[in-house]
Amino acid sequence: MQEFFQKRPIWSGIIILVLAVFIWLVLAPWSPEMEAVLGRKRVFLNAVFGGVTLGALYFLVAAGFTLIFGLMRNVNLAHGSLYLLGGYLGFEVSERTGSWLLAFPVVFVLVGLVGIVLQNQVFRRMEGEELRQTMVTIGISVVLADLMLWSWGGQSYTIMTPDWLSGPAELPIVAGTNRDGDTVYLRYPAVRIAILIAAIVIGVLMWLILNKSRLGMLIRAGVDDRDMLAASGIRIQWVFLAVFAFGAGLAGIAGIVGGTFQSLSPGEDTRFLLASLVVVIVGGMGSIPGAAIGAVLIGLSEQLGLVYAPTYSVVVTFLIMVAVLAFRPQGLLGRTR
Amino acid sequence: MSASDPLSQIFQSSARRAAPEPTWVERIPLAVWIVGFVLLIMPLIANNFWLFQVFGWTFILGMIALSLMFLAGYGGMVSLIQMSVAGMAGYAVAILGTSGMSDLSLGWPWWLHIPVAIIIAAIFGTIVGALAVRTEGIYTIMITLAIASAFFYFTRQNYEIFNGYSGFNLVVPPRLFGVDWRQPVPFYYLTLACAVLSYLAVIYVSRSPFGLALQGVRDGPRRMAALGYNVTAHRIAAYTFASVIAAVGGILLVWQNSQISPGTVGIPAVIDILVIAVVGGLRRPIGPFVGALIYVLLRTFSPDLLTGFGLSGERFKTLIGMGFLLIVFFSPDGVLGLWDRWRARQQRKRDPLRDRSTR
Repeated sequence: MQEFFQKRPIWSGIIILVLAVFIWLVLAPWSPEMEAVLGRKRVFLNAVFGGVTLGALYFLVAAGFTLIFGLMRNVNLAHGSLYLLGGYLGFEVSERTGSWLLAFPVVFVLVGLVGIVLQNQVFRRMEGEELRQTMVTIGISVVLADLMLWSWGGQSYTIMTPDWLSGPAELPIVAGTNRDGDTVYLRYPAVRIAILIAAIVIGVLMWLILNKSRLGMLIRAGVDDRDMLAASGIRIQWVFLAVFAFGAGLAGIAGIVGGTFQSLSPGEDTRFLLASLVVVIVGGMGSIPGAAIGAVLIGLSEQLGLVYAPTYSVVVTFLIMVAVLAFRPQGLLGRTR
Repeated sequence: MSASDPLSQIFQSSARRAAPEPTWVERIPLAVWIVGFVLLIMPLIANNFWLFQVFGWTFILGMIALSLMFLAGYGGMVSLIQMSVAGMAGYAVAILGTSGMSDLSLGWPWWLHIPVAIIIAAIFGTIVGALAVRTEGIYTIMITLAIASAFFYFTRQNYEIFNGYSGFNLVVPPRLFGVDWRQPVPFYYLTLACAVLSYLAVIYVSRSPFGLALQGVRDGPRRMAALGYNVTAHRIAAYTFASVIAAVGGILLVWQNSQISPGTVGIPAVIDILVIAVVGGLRRPIGPFVGALIYVLLRTFSPDLLTGFGLSGERFKTLIGMGFLLIVFFSPDGVLGLWDRWRARQQRKRDPLRDRSTR
C-alpha cells in the first residue's frame, strides 16, 4: 500500500479524489440544483447499492475462479455451470425442506464434490495444457447446460427469501427530503444487505485463511512456485483438490444468492461465467483483492450504466475492460509473470 | 492407389529421388479432384434441402471457422471473436442495405454496402485483435470471449442501430444478373465459390512471406522479434485477414437465414464456431469444413437419431457436446488428426519395404 503511494503519487491522488467525491455523493444530501443535473438522489443511491450488491455476487463467483486459476493455472470455463447448478440445487433444497439456510451447506458440499470430480478426473489429466482445458471445460459446460435444461426446463426460478430477511431495511443514508422537509432515509431490501455482509465476511475470511493459516501458506507458496512446494514434501494434489472444491462450492453458494435476489434460468451460466471473466481480467488473475475490486467496479458500472445510459451500459463495462487491458494488461492487482 | 501397383511404385520411387517427401502430396490432388467434381455436380445428386440447408450452411460455418483456424493454426491465437465479426458484417449488410426494417436500413446499392460491410467488420476485427494480442494463450480466449459477449449484449440492448431483440429480417441477397441468389442452386454455388476462394486464400497466405513469418511468430515470438519482425503487427494483420473471411461468411449467413438477430452472435454460436474448428482440426484449412459438415449433419439429423433411440430430440446439444468432449479428450487435433494417424498406421502396416528403399 505505502509502496504504491510512494511509487505513484499522482495516481493514488486521483484514486483518493474519485473515492472521496463518490463517498460524498452517497452520504451528503443533494441540493435541488444537483438533483436538476444528476437526477433524483434516490435513483442514484439505488443504483449504487444495486451495483455494490451485484458486485458482491460477482465477487462470490469470481473469487473461486481466480483462486483456481491462480493456484493451479486451471482454466475452468465450466465455472458458470457450477454457479447455475448450485442455484438449481439450492432451489430444490429450500423448496423441499423449507429452509433457506440449510441450502447453503448442502449446496456447498454437493457442488464442491462436483469440483473434486472435475479436478481429479479432468484437470489432473491435462495439467499445463491450457488450451485443452479450455476446450474440455467448454464442452462440459455445453453438456451441463443442456442437462440442466432437461431437468429444470426453460422457465426461470426464484428462491424464496426467508421471512426474517424479507422486507426493506432502513439505512442511515439520506435519500432526499419529503414534502414536509423531513429527511428520508434510504430503504433497501434486507436480503441484499445480508448478501452484501455475507460476501464481505467471506472475502475477509478468505483473506485471513490465505494470509494467516498454514493452508493459506501452502496455497500462496503453490501460487508462487508449484514445483518447489511439491518437492518439499507437500501433497500438492490434496491442496489442489481442496482449493478446487472450495472454489466450486463458492460458485454453488453464489448460485443460491443469485437465485434469491435475481433469478435462475438457462443462460445465466454463461452470463456469470463472462462476468467472472471480466472481473478477473479487470482485477488481475489469481488475486482475491483484485477480484473484489473488479467485482465492485463491474457491478457498479453495470447498474449505474443501466440507470443513466440504458442502451450503452454493456459498453461501459466493456470500456473498463479495454482501458485496463490497454494500460495494465495483467489487471489492476495482477502480477506480471 | 494401392502400393502393390507397380506403376505407382516406380512413380513413387522416382519422385522420392527428386524430392525428399513426396508420396502423399502427389496423392492429394486426385482426392481434391474427386471432391471438387462431386461438389460441382452436387445439384444433380442432392435435393434442395441438402443444397441449401446442409451444404450452404456447411460452407458458411466452415468459412467462419476457417478464419478461426487461420488465427489458431498459423498464428497460435485462439480467438472467439470470429462469430461476432461475421455478425458485425451481417448487421452492416442489414443496416446499410435493405431489410424489413425500412426505417433503420439505409438502402445503399449492393456494390456499396457489401464492400463497406466487409470493411466495417474488418475494422472491428482488427480493433479486437489489437486488444487481444496484448495478451497470450488462455487470456486471448478469455478476452475475445468477453468482447464477443459484450457485442451480443450490446446488439440486444441497442435499438437505435441494431434494433435490439428482434434484429433485422428480410435481408436478402441482391438480384444480380437476373438470378435470385437465395434459390437453392444459385445459393449453393455462391457459397461454394466463396468457400473455395477463402480456402485458397488461406492456403496462399499461409505460404506467402507474411504467412511464414506469422508461423514463425507462433513458434518463437522472441526469435522473430530478434530477427527484426514486428510481432504485434503480424498478429494484428492476421486478425484483419481472418476478419475479412469471417465477414464474407457472415454476410452469406444473413442471406441464408434472411434475418439477423442478437441470437446469431450469441455465446452458443460463438462456442459452436470453436467446436467446429476444433472438431475438424486446427492444423489444416480443410479441417474447419470437415468440422462444419459434421456439425451441420449432427445438428440437422440428431433429433431424428435421438428419437430413434427413444430419447427426446431436444438433447442434440448434449450429443454435440459429448462428441466435442470425446474428440478433445482423445484427439486434440480433431478429426483430421485421427485421420492422419489412421493413415500413418495403415501405411506402416502395408508396405514394410518402403523404409528400406529410402535408406
